[in-house]
Amino acid sequence: MSLLQVEGLGIEFGGVRAVHDVSFAMKPGEIVSVIGPNGAGKTTLFNMISGVYLPGSGRVKLDGEDVTGMSPHLLARRGLSRTFQNLQIFQQMTVLENAIAGYHLQESGHLLADLLNLPSSRRRAQVAREGAQKLLERVGLGRAGEQEAGNLSYGALKRLEIARALALKPRVLLLDEPAAGCNAVETEEIDHLIAEVAAEGVAILLVEHDMKMVMRISNHIVVLDHGEKIAEGDPATVSRNPDVIAAYLGTQEAADADG
Amino acid sequence: MKLSNKQATLLVLALLIAITPFFFPSSYYYRVGSLIFVNGIAVTGMVILIGYAGQISLGHAGFAGIGAYTCALAPVHLGLHPGLALVLGAVISAAMAWLIGRPILRLKGYYLGVATLGFGILVSMVLANERDITRGPDGIEVPDLGLRGLLKDMGLNLNNSEFWYGFTGLALLLGAWLALNLFNSPTGRALRALHGSEIAARTVGVDVARLKLQAFVISAVYASVSGSLLALQNKFITPDVAGYMHSIEMVTMAVLGGAGSVLGAIFGAGILTMLPQVLTVFAEYEQLMLGLVMMLVMIFMREGLLPSVLRLIRGRGE
Amino acid sequence: MPELMQFLLSGVTVGAVYALVALGFTIIYNASDVVNFAQGEFVMLGGMITVFAFKAGLPLPLAALIAVAVTAAIGVALNKLAIEPARGAPVVSLIIITIGASIFIRGVTQLVFDKQLHRFPAFSGDDPIRVLGATILPQSLWVIAGALAVFVGLWLFFTRTLMGKAILATSNNRLAAQLVGINTAWVMTLSFAMSAGIGALAGVLVTPITLVSYDVGIALALKGFAAAMLGGMGNPKGALVGGILLGLLEALTAGYISSQYKDAAAFIVILAVLFAMPQGLFGKKSTDRV
Repeated sequence: MSLLQVEGLGIEFGGVRAVHDVSFAMKPGEIVSVIGPNGAGKTTLFNMISGVYLPGSGRVKLDGEDVTGMSPHLLARRGLSRTFQNLQIFQQMTVLENAIAGYHLQESGHLLADLLNLPSSRRRAQVAREGAQKLLERVGLGRAGEQEAGNLSYGALKRLEIARALALKPRVLLLDEPAAGCNAVETEEIDHLIAEVAAEGVAILLVEHDMKMVMRISNHIVVLDHGEKIAEGDPATVSRNPDVIAAYLGTQEAADADG
Repeated sequence: MKLSNKQATLLVLALLIAITPFFFPSSYYYRVGSLIFVNGIAVTGMVILIGYAGQISLGHAGFAGIGAYTCALAPVHLGLHPGLALVLGAVISAAMAWLIGRPILRLKGYYLGVATLGFGILVSMVLANERDITRGPDGIEVPDLGLRGLLKDMGLNLNNSEFWYGFTGLALLLGAWLALNLFNSPTGRALRALHGSEIAARTVGVDVARLKLQAFVISAVYASVSGSLLALQNKFITPDVAGYMHSIEMVTMAVLGGAGSVLGAIFGAGILTMLPQVLTVFAEYEQLMLGLVMMLVMIFMREGLLPSVLRLIRGRGE
Repeated sequence: MPELMQFLLSGVTVGAVYALVALGFTIIYNASDVVNFAQGEFVMLGGMITVFAFKAGLPLPLAALIAVAVTAAIGVALNKLAIEPARGAPVVSLIIITIGASIFIRGVTQLVFDKQLHRFPAFSGDDPIRVLGATILPQSLWVIAGALAVFVGLWLFFTRTLMGKAILATSNNRLAAQLVGINTAWVMTLSFAMSAGIGALAGVLVTPITLVSYDVGIALALKGFAAAMLGGMGNPKGALVGGILLGLLEALTAGYISSQYKDAAAFIVILAVLFAMPQGLFGKKSTDRV
């Protein structure tokens, strides 16, 4: 049975169809990529699945439960977490605190215990701190913990967001352009990390512009153009699909003309 | 041994409270000191609301009014001890904050500002207009707390201003300790997270509406206790305690000193409380100076006075 | 029935003043995203400067003209000295800056002038006019007509002139406006001048009815702000409707319920509107982009 199921999802902004009738499904441990030209509706689709936007039509099912339009913090409890295309980092907090924030559901307890600094509150915080430190090491930020997050490089912040999302121990992880702005070495590290996480049984939904990476790691690819799904299948099938080639060649020519 | 930020803040505060009286030229300064502490308590609550959670309120004096008038009225009408009246005031304020906070905190920025401002004005209007109960704009007497007499019986003889200096100083330390505990706790982290990015906080599972409400209620309790202590100390209170200007003062003190840190905000409370005392000779210039200070600090020291001054000192040191 | 008519007339008069203050808020908010808490001081300055220029022997129209011009200049100074240097500061800081400015202006006014209540003669005498069994002061007609003239004038300005369109473009998208060659700094200057001038005009019109002193600005700012919110922040039509509605509401509350709680009614309705439709009556919905 599929873990995440998207059925006929769609939304309009001011009468303009941003996403229309998109369906796909994913199983545990699967890496599914959503690709398409700029403005194809990839991030909008992410925002609907993760509860940021209320879909105009269609259904999102998580492990069989209808979670359409459910608030992000409730989705987090059900094991869905995500990163953002245009970084959403807690700038005023340290790198370690950013990662600890991912442990919110595991570390939060009674307000009074926190106000009075009771041992129970300290214990919860300590567990979260240790877990966060391990995660930072896993994404290569083990030594940056005490820095203010705002001072990190773009690529490092991308990895910090992944660490924060992993802290929730998600079953479904949505990554919005995790390798954007990263150099070749960083991209490869992220590449490995994603494969590793998937191998642990997490279903990963990926938006990424680095086609080499997408083709290498995806089990399944969904292609969007103008908000509609124009193709889907394994990497080999999709890359031979004439509609996909047309959509991409169109943008490629435009990009060449710009350049 | 390296002190944590919390320990350092508490130590500095405790030393300041304990040592400055040795330099007081007259007992009048005890009174100025305890006024600073009372304002400091309200402002520490504002740090939790503004500095941690990133929410604004232009109506928190309303809660100070509830705290103050509960201390004036509950002993007379309910036969409650003034100390218990303080607690009752805090409970009423918390309940009120919880009730109005639920709808209000969905709003953001200026909208949240005007909604809270409306609440504060309504409270001060009720206090001024319900003359049968509150005796209206001219104010009402507040019963004695009685603690000073108790201490005297136990052999500790303090005059009135000394007692209130010590009592409010201890209350401020307690308030600061709680706020500093909160800062590094799971709840404090979640509050600061939603300040940084509400959407990211939600995706890590923070129930944003609930957390904002908690910060609002806690800060309302601080304001209420501050109002109660002011009333008990002065043994008299007017509806001005709930007024628009008092709300603005609270926010200004916190932001002026540096809303991100408890010490900074209390520093701001000190500066703004002393300003009129320093300017008594130039009473006509008081408003002009206050307005000027507010503008200059916010334009040239955006993080607030204390952080900016500390940065300057550190910059020199390097 | 005459009673109701009386309440409606006084409500519209007060509402016209609120509408002008709300319009002032709107113009500055559109140009700079700042809610200017010193807006009420412009009304106060309009009244006070006219009073003292008139007492110094100037004819009333000239005194009023000077008041509007001086206040507009103060508005520009406020922008140059306090708002522009703080560009990009958080909302809390901007609130404190403009509240600081309002306290400062009040402080200077009480030093330069005094703390007394003042008025100058009404433009067309004080003999009430009878309308449907109720009475209205000629000055109230001046207030209502003045507000209407300002709104019609502004509407023409924004829709018919290049400068007006430039301001609208800037309020929609500052960067895009700069790219097409609009001098956005000049737009800011003009917006503050207009906003302050309109506030001062409201002060000139209403002073013969309500009198003026250095501290009338706060209440007016709060009411104008509330009216702007009621109509939907940033929308001139909303400012007009919000202002009139608020004025009527206050007059009816004062007449039928309790004059002490007329201000309370206004704030209760505003709280209700904010809960039910947080964007106000004519406001736009916005979507966070992530």
